[in-house]
Amino acid sequence: MKAFTVSKAVTVLLLAGLVLLPLYSQLSGDIFILTLFTRIIILALAAASLNLIMGFGGMMSFGHAAYLGIGGYAVGMLAQEGVGSGFIQFPVALAASAIFALVIGALSLRTRGVYFIMITLAFAQMAYYVASGLARYGGDDGLTIYKRSDFSGLIDLGNRVEFFYLCLACLFGGIFLIWRIVNSRFGLVVQGLRSNEQRMQAIGFPAKRYQLVCFVISGTMCGLAGALLANNTDFVSPAVMYWTRSGDLMVMVILGGMGTLIGPVMGAVVFLLLEEFLSQITEYWALIMGPLLLLIVLFGRGGIMGMLGRAGRG
Amino acid sequence: MLLVVEQFLNGLQFGLLLFLLAAGLTLVFGIMDLVNLAHGSLYMMGAYFAATFAAWTGSFLLGALMALGATLVLGVVLEVTALRHLYGRDHLDHVLATFGLILFFNEAVRLIWGPAGLALPLPAWLTVPVPILPGIHYPAYRLAIIVVALLVALLLYLGVMRTRIGMLIRAGASNREMIGALGINIKLLYTLVFGLGAALAGLAGLMQAPILTVQIGMGENILILAFVIIVIGGIGSIRGAFLAAIFVGMIDTLGRAFLPNLLRQVLSGAAASTAAPALSSMLIYLLMAIVLVVRPEGLFPANRR
Repeated sequence: MKAFTVSKAVTVLLLAGLVLLPLYSQLSGDIFILTLFTRIIILALAAASLNLIMGFGGMMSFGHAAYLGIGGYAVGMLAQEGVGSGFIQFPVALAASAIFALVIGALSLRTRGVYFIMITLAFAQMAYYVASGLARYGGDDGLTIYKRSDFSGLIDLGNRVEFFYLCLACLFGGIFLIWRIVNSRFGLVVQGLRSNEQRMQAIGFPAKRYQLVCFVISGTMCGLAGALLANNTDFVSPAVMYWTRSGDLMVMVILGGMGTLIGPVMGAVVFLLLEEFLSQITEYWALIMGPLLLLIVLFGRGGIMGMLGRAGRG
Repeated sequence: MLLVVEQFLNGLQFGLLLFLLAAGLTLVFGIMDLVNLAHGSLYMMGAYFAATFAAWTGSFLLGALMALGATLVLGVVLEVTALRHLYGRDHLDHVLATFGLILFFNEAVRLIWGPAGLALPLPAWLTVPVPILPGIHYPAYRLAIIVVALLVALLLYLGVMRTRIGMLIRAGASNREMIGALGINIKLLYTLVFGLGAALAGLAGLMQAPILTVQIGMGENILILAFVIIVIGGIGSIRGAFLAAIFVGMIDTLGRAFLPNLLRQVLSGAAASTAAPALSSMLIYLLMAIVLVVRPEGLFPANRR
């Protein structure tokens, strides 16, 4: 057994806190905190999926919010057309995200470094404009979803607590999957490609194919987060995939600690709570948030998990 | 015919504006290896400065000149206080830090100028239509943008290719350590280049201001277009940026103007009017995808490494 560390203790506390949150909400009658944390958990899933390609795969996608939108629009558009069953909506959302990721990934992976950042950004922005142009589905104003995905008796998404646990289960499932991927042969190859692509290719691994599969898995997972997010807000609009949202996701990953399993969850919790807290103090919260990001980048290497790790050692 | 000429010139004008923005971005990237997302914020600040100074002085030209100086100073201050510390770090750090700067600038503008947009009215002599061909008139102001931007592009070319500073800039782009070792004050050079890039972005912003409203976030959409241009043209290449900018400006403008009509001839009316806005906004990204498939390093890659 490995020794006790500060980061492990914080992780366990965080996860236990999330599991017990509805209990606290019921006892204190504080419904807002449940809604807030449902959102946090969904975005944590999105951040975790981004971390899979960014932290472990070294692929700096600046367009990850596109999948949030695609997953959301799949649910919204199907609901609009009268298909209310979650058994259809969710698979469609996942498939649509996977296909988008496959096309975008195949094109973007022809480049690397800064080009990759810019291109994923540009393609996500394209998705944003296309959604803005969909007059039938609300265009710029977005699309209201009048009925949440229907899982006929299995689980009721209209129930706050049930929906919270569904999102939490998706998050835990996502992290478990990432953990399995990262420790599999496939995951090791992808991580090897991050460190030295030429060497891996020389050994005989088809680099782009491995990276593309990883990219598609990540996009699909983020599409699931998008479908959940649309159900959470009962609304989907192009703003979900605006590029600042992609930036937010990146910040969550970096803030929490890139390339760690729990880091993105930690980052999402801290980032969104900070946003909530600052916006209650002042309307101009971004005036503080912006420079804060700059400082975190300049001085906070390794994010929260990195700092906890250092605290544990020192 | 009239419409075609007019849209062609609009495309050229938009393309040249995009070039001013992309040139600064590609210079800063080529020389300092810095990805600056906040470049669009400098564009926005140029427009806000121009609107404010023009209202103070009552003169459009004076306001524009003061705005140009102000953006240059802002760029220099930004470089010295924040961005200088990012050189040599990971590109991801650049993206995050400058993303933070965008949040800061947007919020600062909202605090100072309020959430509503500003207007920058044109003086009377710039609003008259000018005859360019027999029977075809074009707004004087848009024509002025084309002339000014072409002039700046020429000056930039001469400055980079023919002057001593330009030589240092080119040397810095090809080997940073070496020109530092040769006794050139590289820090000063970097600050200068960043200020120049900021001024170019400010110029683009203040020239665009009378055509669109001056508003928060105006720099963000155009920044992404500038990225597309850099990717198409090849990072670090000013010539590539120029050609790609004109190309993208044309395709975007002409696509938006004529695609709906073209589609209407192929598809039914309802389908065409649904597909046209989505398709015309996709055009340049499709173009980028094609360029990437054919030449992943861009059409005119700078000779580096």
